Amino acid sequence: MADLTQERSDEQTSAGGNDHAGVDQAIAVQPDRFQQPGSAASKEKVFELQEISVAYDGNPAVKEVTMDVHKGEVTAMIGPSGCGKSTLLRCLNRMNDLVPSAAVTGKALYHGEDLYGPKVDPVQVRKLIGMVFQKPNPFPKSIYDNIAFGPRILAMKGDMDEIVEKALRGAALWDEVKDRLESNAFGMSGGQQQRLCIARCIAVEPDVILMDEPCSALDPISTGKIEDLMLEMKREFSIVIVTHNMQQAARVSDRTAFLMVELDATEQNRWGRLVEYDETQKIFTNPSNPRTEDYVSGKVG
Amino acid sequence: MSDERDRFEPRTARADIAVAGARGVTAAVLSDQPRKDVIRNSMFASVLFFAIAIALAGLAWLIADSLIEGSSRLNSDLFTNGTSSLPLTAGLKSAIIGTLWIMFFVVLFIVPIGIGAALFLEEYASKESRLARAVEVNIQNLAGVPSIIYGLLGLAFIARGPLGLGFVVLTASITLALLVLPIVILVAREALRSVPPSIREGSLALGATQWQTIRRQVLPAAIPGIATGVILALSRAIGETAPLLPLGAATFLTSDPSGPFSDFTAMPLVIFNWVKQPQEEFQALAAAGIIVLILMLVLMNSVAIYLRNRFEQRW
Repeated sequence: MADLTQERSDEQTSAGGNDHAGVDQAIAVQPDRFQQPGSAASKEKVFELQEISVAYDGNPAVKEVTMDVHKGEVTAMIGPSGCGKSTLLRCLNRMNDLVPSAAVTGKALYHGEDLYGPKVDPVQVRKLIGMVFQKPNPFPKSIYDNIAFGPRILAMKGDMDEIVEKALRGAALWDEVKDRLESNAFGMSGGQQQRLCIARCIAVEPDVILMDEPCSALDPISTGKIEDLMLEMKREFSIVIVTHNMQQAARVSDRTAFLMVELDATEQNRWGRLVEYDETQKIFTNPSNPRTEDYVSGKVG
Repeated sequence: MSDERDRFEPRTARADIAVAGARGVTAAVLSDQPRKDVIRNSMFASVLFFAIAIALAGLAWLIADSLIEGSSRLNSDLFTNGTSSLPLTAGLKSAIIGTLWIMFFVVLFIVPIGIGAALFLEEYASKESRLARAVEVNIQNLAGVPSIIYGLLGLAFIARGPLGLGFVVLTASITLALLVLPIVILVAREALRSVPPSIREGSLALGATQWQTIRRQVLPAAIPGIATGVILALSRAIGETAPLLPLGAATFLTSDPSGPFSDFTAMPLVIFNWVKQPQEEFQALAAAGIIVLILMLVLMNSVAIYLRNRFEQRW
């Protein structure tokens, strides 16, 4: 993994990330992930959410969330079921656009540019902000073609075999599958399928990776592997993960957002609201909001 | 409780009887199906068996009858002789060639149009839009319209009228294509719908456009289902007689159909014509023709079933 990082930064100085050239023009965003990880610039903000609300058919699902996501960090969103954490996550790469009844209000700035601005093309957004889903969703193709699909449609330059190998190594899957790259991805175990989906995602070299409860369908060993992977991956990518597993958030994340369900007076409608957002350390040891403390200590939720 | 158990005496004769009685009751409850139910069950099963027996018996009778009557004419002459007014020199050659030409152009029409319509309805049209819903209801209705209506439509608008193609192969192809398009669209939509949304999401999340997602992920996964639908539609079209009747299908051709704009005939039409003839020999010929047509249908449907079982994606 260490050499890979080195390799990337070499490549960046020379190639300068030409694969996103068209994208930058389209939405005037500089992903600017070409700085050394760990430097002061790593505290740069990737996302700035300002009063983001999402409603389905006019019923609010999550209300007025304001938070920043920082570069090179793992940011976790925790909270009980129905608190809108997945909905919030899907705002970040405009996957909510696929739900016709969903309406997003407020501002979601990505490197200072509003993701919901009038000139922004959601397809370009998703090239830069990848996503890993709750249930592994490999394509019904060979392992190789699963990885190669993204680079091919984005017409990325370079040797496809190398791109595939690099992505599989990045997802710690290469040694397990290098001898059966042409076999169907559906023959893999659930944990391998999920790591294949992560490999597929990093193959297109995104800036941010969103993970929607990536381990909820996996056994503890596979979960451990993916958590280790995330700690490796944050050197290159900013990661936002939604999880219902508080220990997971504590293990992998640098910052944690805690969302809670709110009811209206009639108790007919419910939506999520951000209760507290801080460094993970603080959220789990010394939260400033008593509701956070109740939740992380297991009293409620 | 423990006190009571302690007071239990060793087994007496009375206790044995009681135990035997209790066991008997339990056994009766568990095993003895009431006589009523047994009769009702077997009656229901036999009614169902009768239903399937009638369906199969009808088919078996038709095949057996045709085999007996047509066996004398079921030889290579049947495939090398063209149309003729003399029963001894008449054969299916022109009809088979005509049918193949017609089907060739039917495929050319229904594959792109059927898949295109299904893709629009399934992937692009908003499920709530009035237009999409109106189209959907109409397609389902069209699938049930009597086929002779399509024949009249073909006569008025394709053979004559705006298209004015005349009574040629292409006219028959377009008419039959219109007839079976609803089937293709319905089956193709079903195939597209069976591709789980997670595949579309996975592709879109990589930065693929909607068209790339459909072209590279959804459509390939749905192709086996769509192919099955196309073959089933063709096997419907191949046996259709009524819509071709108003289109001036020839029962006598001096030369075999040779392209989209030549005079045409088709297998079911030739068979229908033979059945109408008074001569005994033509009846045998018709029976032999029926056998050939049924064999073609069975073959096509087998291919469809094979495709479905072999290539259909399990999710």
